[in-house]
Amino acid sequence: MDKVIIAENLSLSYKEFETIISKATFSIDSGSFIFITGASGSGKSTLLKSFYGAIEPRQGSLRVGGVKMNRISTSKLNFLRRHIGIVFQDYKLIKEWTIEKNVMLPLIISGYTNDVSGTQVQKLLGHVKLTHQAGKYPPELSGGEQQRVAMARALAHNPILILADEPTGNLDEYSSSVIWSLLEGANTQLKTTVVVVTHHIPEGLKVPYKHYHIEFGNINEIA
Amino acid sequence: MKSLKNHISLIIALFTVLASVQIYVAVDRTIAAYESHLKNDYSVIVVTNKAFTPQEFKSMSSMIERSEPISTSQVLERLKGEMNEKNLALLKLTLPKFYRIYLVRFPAPHEINTLQKKLRNNSAVQRVEGFSQTHDTVYKLMMLFKDVVQVFSIAIATVTSLLILKEMRLWQFQHAERMNIMALFGAPVWLRSAVLFRLAIVDAIIATLMLCFAFFIIDYYAILALPLKEIGISIQLFNFVDDALRSLAIALGISIVLTFTIVMFHREEE
Repeated sequence: MDKVIIAENLSLSYKEFETIISKATFSIDSGSFIFITGASGSGKSTLLKSFYGAIEPRQGSLRVGGVKMNRISTSKLNFLRRHIGIVFQDYKLIKEWTIEKNVMLPLIISGYTNDVSGTQVQKLLGHVKLTHQAGKYPPELSGGEQQRVAMARALAHNPILILADEPTGNLDEYSSSVIWSLLEGANTQLKTTVVVVTHHIPEGLKVPYKHYHIEFGNINEIA
Repeated sequence: MKSLKNHISLIIALFTVLASVQIYVAVDRTIAAYESHLKNDYSVIVVTNKAFTPQEFKSMSSMIERSEPISTSQVLERLKGEMNEKNLALLKLTLPKFYRIYLVRFPAPHEINTLQKKLRNNSAVQRVEGFSQTHDTVYKLMMLFKDVVQVFSIAIATVTSLLILKEMRLWQFQHAERMNIMALFGAPVWLRSAVLFRLAIVDAIIATLMLCFAFFIIDYYAILALPLKEIGISIQLFNFVDDALRSLAIALGISIVLTFTIVMFHREEE
């Protein structure tokens, strides 16, 4: 099976003598569903950031989608990010743009025509039950609705990998269930690799998944 | 409202740079026109012991435009009562020839010296008077005025450019969140900073239009044309094609280069 993420002796840190992840070696299969858990400040989000190139490996090597993340050039990083969908805990929606345009962002960046983008966006807004909110702006929506918009945006360009950082952290039950069913759907129907950083793994998931736990800078697979 | 304030700040700053450049250009044109005006009044006096044709003078230096002999008859007329006819005829024969030489342009002091040397090299030339002292004062005064305006314009342009840089940094902070989000989804630099470039280009065009309008008013009401006409100068302070295009190029150049600088030094949030 193809590996979408390969880490060998990977160490991550923000400052030179403050290692957050220490010499981790692991790999993530293409099309798999992964949970990464750990206590607050354990380095889960830092590890996720290294997958989309927001933090560079201090030591060791990291490959995402076949691209080496050590000293990656801006153009290569941009290329890689155009094939990744990211869901943030704080949504990261563009406040000055409508919901429709926010979902369209990855398609605009990838150079899709307005027709193609429009059709795809309408379909996704239907999936997240927000078609009627398309013309509104993010501050006009609740937290749960904003996270559903962020989820639709992450799926818009059919990415090979979805990275989600606490996607249901502060959400109501309904929004959480929409998010999990979309992540499951992307994984089962589109064979998208999904990596979710979370405190709690939801119950009743229908997809098989792998679970990694971070403790004291070490990453361990939980059977 | 805040965005409008930012726009106005940049437009006014760009307008100030363009106005300082245009004022320098207008002063340069005024001085050139004044030099041309002075040139018509300025001449070099040459005393020779033989007659010279205008072509002979012209061949001595490319600076010489034309020459004309100064008649001695007035002097001889005055001496008529004091000398007899024979002596007067003898004096007329021995009297040197006087010429007034006009130049192609108002000369710099060193050009007068070179011209005087060239004329003196001819053995028939007895004396050359360039009135260099009077000429020097006028010329140096004009050059001083031009230099002061130039320094002043450069100072204004520099200070204003720094203000524009600060203004654009504010823009960048305003748009940083959007730019960072776009970067997270792989937007190339040009796409995520397109909004900054668009604002910079629009403001550059508005500043140029404002400059054109300001000079149109100056031109229409002859605010500067009348005082200049009084000292015999007639110039076009603002050419609505060449000057407007140059101003637009400067405004676009400054705003695009500064935006580019801001974008290049922008660090993506982790």
